[in-house]
Amino acid sequence: MSEALLEVRGLNVVFSGFHALTDLDFTLRRGELRFLIGPNGAGKTTLIDVITGLTRPASGSVRFDGRELVGRREHRIVRAGVGRTFQTSVVFEELSVVDNLDLAAGFRRPLPALLRRRRGVSDAVAAALDTIGLGDLADRPAGVLSHGQRQWLEIGMLVVQRPRLLLLDEPVAGMSRDERDRTGELLRTVARDHTVLVVEHDMDFLRRFASTVTVLHEGRLLCQGTVAQVQADPRVQEVYLGRAKEAA
Amino acid sequence: MAPAGLAVSAVLLLVVAPLVLSPFRLDLLAKYLCYAIVAVGIALAWGRGGMLTLGQGVFFGLGGYAMGMHLKLAEAGPGKLPDFMSWSGVESLPLLWKPFANPVFTLVMVVLLPVVVAVLLGSLVFRQRVRGAYFAVLSQALAAAFVILLVGQQGLTGGTNGLTNIQHFFGLDLYDDADRRLLYLIVALVLGLAYLGVRQLAASRYGQLLVAIRDGEDRVRFLGYDPALVKTVAFAVSAALAGVAGALFVPVVGLLTPANLGVVASLELLIGVAIGGRYSLAGAVGGALLFNYAKTVFSEELPDSWLYVQGALFVVVMVWAPRGIAGLAGQLRDRWARRGPLRPVSYPAGADRPQEVST
Repeated sequence: MSEALLEVRGLNVVFSGFHALTDLDFTLRRGELRFLIGPNGAGKTTLIDVITGLTRPASGSVRFDGRELVGRREHRIVRAGVGRTFQTSVVFEELSVVDNLDLAAGFRRPLPALLRRRRGVSDAVAAALDTIGLGDLADRPAGVLSHGQRQWLEIGMLVVQRPRLLLLDEPVAGMSRDERDRTGELLRTVARDHTVLVVEHDMDFLRRFASTVTVLHEGRLLCQGTVAQVQADPRVQEVYLGRAKEAA
Repeated sequence: MAPAGLAVSAVLLLVVAPLVLSPFRLDLLAKYLCYAIVAVGIALAWGRGGMLTLGQGVFFGLGGYAMGMHLKLAEAGPGKLPDFMSWSGVESLPLLWKPFANPVFTLVMVVLLPVVVAVLLGSLVFRQRVRGAYFAVLSQALAAAFVILLVGQQGLTGGTNGLTNIQHFFGLDLYDDADRRLLYLIVALVLGLAYLGVRQLAASRYGQLLVAIRDGEDRVRFLGYDPALVKTVAFAVSAALAGVAGALFVPVVGLLTPANLGVVASLELLIGVAIGGRYSLAGAVGGALLFNYAKTVFSEELPDSWLYVQGALFVVVMVWAPRGIAGLAGQLRDRWARRGPLRPVSYPAGADRPQEVST
């Protein structure tokens, strides 16, 4: 078993009296592809927000590669190697697809390179373009992209940052079946050389692409295991899958 | 602007204008060009960076007073006091004034003072994520406070009258037409350099980053950049340009008073840019020239109505052409493409709608 990359211990998050996360312990090992599921309000996005510095916990610690992340500013956490996407993709619509990737690849650049125009396409950006399959649209403004393409661009923008941990918040929400399949494939490619945590609602997507799953419920850890184990857990069926079935 | 447009503008400003215009009109144009230098900075900070800066007069004033102090000291001669100080009963040269006898120190301060103030303000305000209307009000309050400070320190600053009766500028006789033409050319060259420099900056990765922050500051934070730092740099560049413009304004006009840099003056600097089009550098420069020319014409012909015209102009532009005159072409193209009736204009993604004042 490889060592832990992310260790969340005793995490409590309270929003004006509402306990979003309660005494949460959570560990992610190097190289893992983990899915995080749970009904609405379970605290999935809150957990990602705490890891990435957007939300301050009331107590608890988040250690990434042995270093404490709580209390650091967002861009510092990114620089430490933690990247994330958002539920609603935010790409820079006026910039071309290549420029979006180039910008995302840029924070390690020295100042003189920042003050020059982009000339050509760096290897990292070209590789990312290839991975996300938007090579044909490279010079088009990102504003013309479809919803699915935007999400892939976001994932590309994440990969070019060379993070050691990727946090994806509902990457297939609102996607067509085809787009889901492509996103799933993309996820597998990316997971080959990254540690990835995916928040996802979509059970079908989960069954096809997840190996280990963590279930949150009302801000607490409900259970953890393989997809089969989790699906077989009666508590999970009650709080999550049962409801999904009813809804279906 | 394309290279051809740049070349034509350069010929017009550097060759045609000095040949065609009377000394009086050339003087006025030199004054407009000073405002255009400020406009280049505003186009960077506001158009690209989304920082609605209503207090550029402060930086204009810092540069202007630095230069004015030097010129007054040079005028008075060694060991003597500037005229207004004797009127105010000041008997020895204040400590603050002494280093400004040195021309090199003065030129450094023309840029350094505005930059230091902008960096201090920027790193405080942008780090606290103060944005939009809050930033606008803050910058305007700074302009108001600056004027109060200047007026209150009569012995040091000349109070409401400011620094007047400036007759020489680094060996140029400001009452001589040939020397004034040279001064005009200096101002035009500085504007050209400012334009080219900011154009280069806007086209660089830094420029893209600035636009990205305007359109999605939080997203940029998660790309590993510190938006506060990026914005502070743009704000400081715009402050430096305003400072240089203020320093040139003093010899061009021959005086500097708090009215040249107060709240109203700061707003006028901005209105020109809004009319010309803040997303376009050329639009901002053209807007500043056009606005100040219109101000002169209306003040000559219809002195009472200028304020109304100014207000109406601003409202018309904000409602029908929020991207300014430079944005009209694109706006018409969009409209043609949609073949729809007149409809609210599309904005660059996430950019400010007029009613929100700013991003």
